[in-house]
Amino acid sequence: MQFDIEINGEQVTAKKGETIKNVLDRIGIKVPTLCNMNGFTPTGSCRLCVVEVDGLQGLVPSCSHQVEEWMKIKTHSPRVLKARKTIVELLLARHPDECLYCNRNKNCELQSLAEELDIRERKHQTKRLSIQIDRACSSIERDPAKCILCGRCIRICDEVIGVAAIDIMGRGSDSRIGTSYNKGLNVSSCVKCGQCIMVCPTAALSERSNIQTVLDALHNPELFPVIQFSPTVPASIAEDFNLKTSKDILNLFRAALKKMGFRQIFDTSMAADLTIMEEAAEFIDRWNKQSVLPMFTSCCPSWVRYAEEEKRKLLPNLSSTRSPQQMMGRVVKNYITSSAGQKPSSVFVVSVMPCTSKKHEAEGDVMKDNNTRYVDAVLTTRELVRLIRLMGIDFSCLEPEPNDTAFSLRSSAGKLFGVSGGHLEGLIRTIHYMMTGQEINPIKINDLRGLKTKKETHIKIGKQVLKVMAVSGLANVKSVLDEIESGRKDVHIVEVMTCPFGCINGGGQRIGSDEKSLKSRMKAIYDVDEEEMIKVAHKNPIITDLYDKFLGHPNSDQNKDLLHQVPITEKTV
Amino acid sequence: MNELIEKMVPRFPVNKKDSLLGMLQEIQKAHGFLTEELIREVAQYLHLPVNKIYGLATFYDQFRFHALGKYHFQICNGTSCHLSESSINIKDLENQLYTKDGGISRDRKFSLESVSCMGSCEQGPVVKINATVFTNVSPDELNRIIRSLKDKTE
Ligand code: SF4
Ligand code: SF4
Repeated sequence: MQFDIEINGEQVTAKKGETIKNVLDRIGIKVPTLCNMNGFTPTGSCRLCVVEVDGLQGLVPSCSHQVEEWMKIKTHSPRVLKARKTIVELLLARHPDECLYCNRNKNCELQSLAEELDIRERKHQTKRLSIQIDRACSSIERDPAKCILCGRCIRICDEVIGVAAIDIMGRGSDSRIGTSYNKGLNVSSCVKCGQCIMVCPTAALSERSNIQTVLDALHNPELFPVIQFSPTVPASIAEDFNLKTSKDILNLFRAALKKMGFRQIFDTSMAADLTIMEEAAEFIDRWNKQSVLPMFTSCCPSWVRYAEEEKRKLLPNLSSTRSPQQMMGRVVKNYITSSAGQKPSSVFVVSVMPCTSKKHEAEGDVMKDNNTRYVDAVLTTRELVRLIRLMGIDFSCLEPEPNDTAFSLRSSAGKLFGVSGGHLEGLIRTIHYMMTGQEINPIKINDLRGLKTKKETHIKIGKQVLKVMAVSGLANVKSVLDEIESGRKDVHIVEVMTCPFGCINGGGQRIGSDEKSLKSRMKAIYDVDEEEMIKVAHKNPIITDLYDKFLGHPNSDQNKDLLHQVPITEKTV
Repeated sequence: MNELIEKMVPRFPVNKKDSLLGMLQEIQKAHGFLTEELIREVAQYLHLPVNKIYGLATFYDQFRFHALGKYHFQICNGTSCHLSESSINIKDLENQLYTKDGGISRDRKFSLESVSCMGSCEQGPVVKINATVFTNVSPDELNRIIRSLKDKTE
């Protein structure tokens, strides 16, 4: 049912059942909020979106209050503005005055609100919360003093990731976000996905920064710094620097990295090709024996951690194939740089990932042997942006750097890893080839594409049919896992990514990314697949060369240690 | 499964909403506080995240998360006691009992906790030591009590 209501003196059409904020959004009237999130039921807890409704005594939160036919609404009356201002002033009362030194400076919702509402002085001062910064985790840092208790992190961690690692502890003015028994995030059920960082309006949650470590390495004459970047990174960097996502962006990106002092640049997608080769061979082995199926992908370290902690029974089902980051680090240190005359100990491998969890992965035991780390420092996309600025790189003056290291050569299958369903698509292409000797046709698997958190389809391979599934958003995986644990047998491969829609929406991406940016990042990846000559991992010449020269054949015993990891059987914490 | 939890199971069905608080209360009664292991077990039994349970428990004053001393002091910090003339200074008490508010002394003899109101406002200041309630306590009197407890040989 439709009816007219009055907003700020004008007639506006509204639908029964929608909230006042729905109407305001549609007609382009902006009301602030600090607790609301797209796709979640509103809680109305921050009260910033309040509006004045004629006939109602109190102000009402527009995010949760439904429109009614008789309503006359004022969204920016003096009373409303005063209320909003007071709310922000109260939030600021115990917030540290640290904007200048804060890593969310110029990108903080609280800061912008204070500015928008024209707050020019500290009105109230209360005792600050004296809780230490939680730096126990190698991926995520928590600074409760900067928290405004909006509750967004709790909801995403519980409803989207499904681990509920953090919650409100205590009551009243003692309330704070914390973990049980005030322990560090590292020993909680946190999987380090960083999704909480993406929704936090302030700097109460952030990644552990490695910028200084990388700077030191770049300036250390004894080191040979090299860098690998994940498939989604160039497109995200383009967003940050307002560059058009064109073919040239990759070369510009490479030029920037060279300018900063990285001696060699590798596209992690090449290692993703290697992952595909090994994983495909591993799957075929399982398939032929008809044992331990379905096979779960294991490239997402947050998912692996979750399985290690909560789903130990399913661990044998996780693919033993190492993740692309791990593969790349190993191949770089073992082969590539040694052919450039470098000792593994002097090579400093940096990886840039759209992900916070990769920091944790890089520090783990699977990432070193005999005290050699395979990846020395992990930067999130956000940190790389900061580093590029710090080094004074101006994209408009850069000459695109052609691809000089052969090791950046990759198939577009490896590139697809950046989006949920893409890893699976690339994997199936190679499985098909390995099982039948023929390329799959058509090469595009449309059922596995698009912004959905659960995609499934049947794939015909020769006379056999595989059922495959791509699930993203860890909470969505739970139901699938339950089904499989209680005996569901008809699925053969499940691709799992912790972040909804995959790495294009990873916890290390630009803060404030909306659906539009997700779509354009996704498009950038599929466009590469459209244009690329080599669309399958098994045709990447570097990969075939690697197997010819060093590795033998995929999933062979000789590569077990280099390219696979032993199943984790001991509980890590 | 822990014995204590096992004993509770028949009385606290998994699907009942108020099972949680009841179980926590029984644990506290048996142990004097909520131990981490037991919260974990309750979480597993009720299929709830550990952090959610801890978060909920910290909402209530009644739950404790650390062991208590042999003599557990509760000092009323409610408005009325706080304002009563001879009000007790919590800092002094912390010094005398060798513990912080909410903590326990090293020898585990004393623990101290300030609570919101014990319902005897007209007789403040009120101090409770284990199960004994002392009303209209003057700082001197409290001093004497503490000294005698310290002198007591175990
Ligand atoms: S990193 Fe992920 S799992 Fe950990 S607290 Fe944040 S949202 Fe939860
Ligand atoms: S940590 Fe950030 S997201 Fe979480 S409640 Fe505090 S301000 Fe909100």
